[in-house]
Amino acid sequence: MSVDLSVNIGNLKLQNPVILASGTVGYGNEISNFTDLSKIGAIVTKSISLKPRKGNPPQRIVETPSGMLNAIGLANVGLEVFINEKIPFLREVNSTVICNIAASTIEEYVECTKALNDHDTIKAFEINVSCPNVKEGGLTFGNDTNAVGRITEKVRAATGKPVIIKRTPNVATISESAKVVKQEGGDAVSAINTLVGTAFNIRTRKPKIFNVTGGLSGPAIKPVALAKVLEISRNVEIPIIGIGGIVDWSDAVEFMIAGSTAFQIGTINFINPNAGLEIIEGLEKYCEETSISKLSELTASYQI
Amino acid sequence: MVISKAPVVSTREIHENIFLLEARCPVVASQIKPGQFCNIKITEFSSPLLRRPFSVCDVNGNSIYFMFNIFGEGTKLLSRKREGDTVNILAPLGNGFTIEGDYEHAIIVAGGLGAAPFPFLTKKLDGKKISTFIGGRTANDVITYGMENIQTATEDGSLGFKGNVVQLLKNNLPEIKKHKTRIFSCGPNPMLRALKEFCIENEIECQASTECAMACGFGICQGCPIETAEKDKYLLVCKDGPVFDVRDVII
Ligand SMILES: Cc1cc2nc3c(=O)[nH]c(=O)nc-3n(C[C@H](O)[C@H](O)[C@H](O)COP(=O)(O)OP(=O)(O)OC[C@H]3O[C@@H](n4cnc5c(N)ncnc54)[C@H](O)[C@@H]3O)c2cc1C
Ligand SMILES: Cc1cc2nc3c(=O)[nH]c(=O)nc-3n(C[C@H](O)[C@H](O)[C@H](O)COP(=O)(O)O)c2cc1C
Ligand code: FES
Repeated sequence: MSVDLSVNIGNLKLQNPVILASGTVGYGNEISNFTDLSKIGAIVTKSISLKPRKGNPPQRIVETPSGMLNAIGLANVGLEVFINEKIPFLREVNSTVICNIAASTIEEYVECTKALNDHDTIKAFEINVSCPNVKEGGLTFGNDTNAVGRITEKVRAATGKPVIIKRTPNVATISESAKVVKQEGGDAVSAINTLVGTAFNIRTRKPKIFNVTGGLSGPAIKPVALAKVLEISRNVEIPIIGIGGIVDWSDAVEFMIAGSTAFQIGTINFINPNAGLEIIEGLEKYCEETSISKLSELTASYQI
Repeated sequence: MVISKAPVVSTREIHENIFLLEARCPVVASQIKPGQFCNIKITEFSSPLLRRPFSVCDVNGNSIYFMFNIFGEGTKLLSRKREGDTVNILAPLGNGFTIEGDYEHAIIVAGGLGAAPFPFLTKKLDGKKISTFIGGRTANDVITYGMENIQTATEDGSLGFKGNVVQLLKNNLPEIKKHKTRIFSCGPNPMLRALKEFCIENEIECQASTECAMACGFGICQGCPIETAEKDKYLLVCKDGPVFDVRDVII
């Protein structure tokens, strides 16, 4: 039996639902030593901003129980270098590329989107309105449902490609903003970005990361992420890209059952840079064993 | 770069709280250079979650060796690995020491566990005059495993010169000045800073192996920045280092 693993997010068709998450694969170069990017559903670039960002001083990361905190501070090469030096590689590896954009003003989101719109290597945009590690923009936008609506509307107007809005879990009701995204013409929401957390050194009484707080990711956040996906799925009719703590195919199945059309893997790429392909194999086997001919049947198949 | 499940041959305590783990890993053994490192997943479970970086301490045939102390949970579990266990190794990572070049005298400067990469380097420096300076707080911190022509310094004077290792090096300046010298170093940041100052003052080439907390070890997480001499730019310790010319980075 051959299994159909393909999924659709708006008019974006993916050969399978496995997407590599922003900030956990750079721009693809290094991870391609370990995995075949052309077989992965899609890859999301590190957040790109108009100008290069140096990022936060060290220490930027620390391990916590079954997870990690990061405060990278959106370190990235900036729009110009991305276009000139990173896109050519991404074109060559023949992968579906989703470009993640971070900005501190609505105009900046629009400017980045416009500048990248003509590059046919980029198949969709993911708008990061939810980074917890930069002072301006990011999380403050993410907390403001009206602002999320305005960003969606303006970016929608700037491109005909699918627009995915990445949501923070650091809000009371995530489904409210998902509704707004749908109203303003967004094609999908991806959830979740990292959860704000911190950790202290008990000898020095200082925070373990320079930025004091960071974003929690990894298996530790999986139950929270699943609940957010479920909340959106039960309240809004919009494709959901589930993210948070996925390490293997069974986690991925759980996310699809809870309402995800596709899903992203982040932290696991650091530990097992071939995890994406292993998950695809696992999904195929799961479908065969449970007589599922089309994987997308799983989406929102919860029995509650 | 490869990922390899390597069988553990043995783990020995070679010094108080200092362990030497031997793993059979032909692919890495044949490729890795002194100063490069391996990122090791210690268990198959999600705790500890991330890989842990370790310098390659030595290579012998198909075997690679790691030298470490028990620092936290990961190294505790690593110290208990026995024959029949495996370690999952991602390697070789980073840029190692540059051995090639025009110099006659190689000086190794190590502080505490900074000694880890030098047994392998010592082997590869074949043909050069080698001097090794090793420092620690007390005699117990001084690890001399696999090194030659050694002078030691301890802060409490319990072994060798009383004082720090860079002071000891200064005392040897007249001797050092006789040859074209390159220094290879690894150790705590205060030691590396003092060494950098000494080397710049005396115009001696110096490469230092640096450390930083890491998540991936191969350049995809941006977790391991190090400030560069040209302001407003970070390099990555895992990919651009961990070995740097001391003039290029702010330690
Ligand atoms: C390039 C490189 C080479 C190294 N070589 C050796 C070696 O040969 N022998 C040896 O004993 N140790 C070496 N270390 C240090 C070693 O990686 C740590 O001691 C080890 O990670 C401790 O793990 P743990 O679980 O026991 O400690 P825990 O404290 O439980 O966990 C370590 C966690 O601390 C974080 N961390 C914070 N600061 C640092 C830092 N400066 N370095 C590493 N991790 C940090 C890491 O993210 C890691 O997740 C090296 C480090 C680097 C970066
Ligand atoms: C080191 C690191 C850097 C990240 N950088 C970004 C980023 O630049 N933009 C973004 O939208 N999300 C970023 N994220 C969030 C991830 O894309 C993902 O939403 C989050 O890690 C949860 O998934 P996981 O548990 O599978 O890691 C980053 C995460 C990590 C761990
Ligand atoms: S440890 Fe991930 S980039 Fe250096």
